[in-house]
Amino acid sequence: MNHYLASHVAGLPPSGIRKFFDLVATMKDVISLGVGEPDFVTPWTVRESGIFSLEQGQTMYTSNAGLLELREELSHHLTKTLGLCYNPLNEILVTAGASEAVDLVMRAVLNPGDVVLVPDPSYVSYAPCAILAGASVRYVPTHAKENFRLRVADLNQMYTPNAKLLVLSYPNNPTGAIMCREDLIPIAEFVTKHDLLVLADDIYSDLTYEGRHVSFASLPGMHDRTLFVSGFSKSYAMTGWRIGYVAGHSDLISGLTKIHQYTMLCAPIMGQIAALEALRSASEAKDDMVTAYDRRRRLMVHGFRQMGLDCFEPLGAFYVFPDISKTNLSSEAFAEELLREEKVAVVPGTAFGPSGEGYIRCSYAYSIEQLQEALIRISQFVERRLSKL
Amino acid sequence: MLTEEDHRLLKLIAEDCRLTPEQLSVQTGLTPDYIRKRIIDWEKEKVIVGYQPMINWARTNEERVSALIEVRVLPQRGYGFDKIAKRIQKFPEIKALFLMSGGYDLSLLIEGKTMQEVALFVAEKLAPLEHVQSTATHFVLRRYKQDGVELMGEEETIQRLVVSP
Repeated sequence: MNHYLASHVAGLPPSGIRKFFDLVATMKDVISLGVGEPDFVTPWTVRESGIFSLEQGQTMYTSNAGLLELREELSHHLTKTLGLCYNPLNEILVTAGASEAVDLVMRAVLNPGDVVLVPDPSYVSYAPCAILAGASVRYVPTHAKENFRLRVADLNQMYTPNAKLLVLSYPNNPTGAIMCREDLIPIAEFVTKHDLLVLADDIYSDLTYEGRHVSFASLPGMHDRTLFVSGFSKSYAMTGWRIGYVAGHSDLISGLTKIHQYTMLCAPIMGQIAALEALRSASEAKDDMVTAYDRRRRLMVHGFRQMGLDCFEPLGAFYVFPDISKTNLSSEAFAEELLREEKVAVVPGTAFGPSGEGYIRCSYAYSIEQLQEALIRISQFVERRLSKL
Repeated sequence: MLTEEDHRLLKLIAEDCRLTPEQLSVQTGLTPDYIRKRIIDWEKEKVIVGYQPMINWARTNEERVSALIEVRVLPQRGYGFDKIAKRIQKFPEIKALFLMSGGYDLSLLIEGKTMQEVALFVAEKLAPLEHVQSTATHFVLRRYKQDGVELMGEEETIQRLVVSP
């Protein structure tokens, strides 16, 4: 029945992660470091508010934009934490996860023939969403020697006059890189010069380990050029609730809302109520999770460096991205052989773009005990490979 | 006032006191020497007063009974409640002792092998003490949670995908 599929869908390559997922699913006793979601359960106070909302019979649609109370709280939260200023009435749209927000942005602003500049490596959805919106993608490489930060020199190399949108996803999945204010200022100059819009995917903004996150939208003049995307999945361990949001200039948000109202209608009400509770009373639980991630992050970086591998120190998100090129294996071969020989699942760096070659992504959203066991197994594998050279 | 780093270190030790200074160093970024020195200081300052595993005795077949006891006492001039509290705390049966606000003065947690043993302790040792006016004994029937750990809760099994973006 493949011939019934639209050609732009049929031509879309399956996610590199999906391929690996199928392989892992056939094996037993695997320690997986392949998961991109917190290992914590949503804080109890948040779960309890979801349960209470059901008891109260809150099972209806909300307005397309989301509960006004939630948007007001979000507006306040963004001002307090990131210095951003959005009007809850017309500049914030609550979505079914940040993933929907990314899709909405692409569909709302891209015309066929437009080009999206995507840092490489980065999260797997940007390119497919851009392609589904009729645009094409140019990967802008980032490098370990530059701490995987996006540089204008690389942007200039990949720039084309058809470029309309730049994706910024920091803290970055899979590298864990962050961009500080000094790194963002030249990017702001670049997007102004070329009149680009920016999709700032700040989903990991709460998970930083040295200093506070700086949002691109907070830079002078960038408010109107930026569509700020975030959500509750990573910060509050709420992946399954599917609550995200996008904030930006009211003209753009109104465009996004048109698509949202015809496709999603609204984000689930139970999740919206729980998200409101998360903003109001789960900041301590969130801080505790960040502290736990920080311990694990240090353990992982130390573990990989002990093996003799280069490992960039991630300052955000919950991934390490060690350089495995010393083993003379490609990312994919490394991940497959490690899985077969030591039953540890990691994700090949290439699943996140061509610049991921030579790297693997290991999530540290696991208990210290699991991470220690995984490190022992990986270290045995690496030792065997290095001794063969 | 603890620095942020010391707060993190102390919290980590409180969570798992089996971690060696080397393991703590990897997880905090502080040097093992600094950690060793800090622990010694905290022991001297009685910030760290002991290292104990948390044992759920109900899961063993040992007989154990505990009771919370409300005690009303007459405060003494010049000493308040401290003098009598310091005397009461000497009994090894008493595992915890607090001065309370509200309807009574001291709250005690007592452990014994049987209810009889606890009742006798109260009747023969505690109640007759000078300045003790009255006692009320409440036996613990079941422990659901202690020191932040759910003892009766079912494990929350997280079913995450094995690989996700």
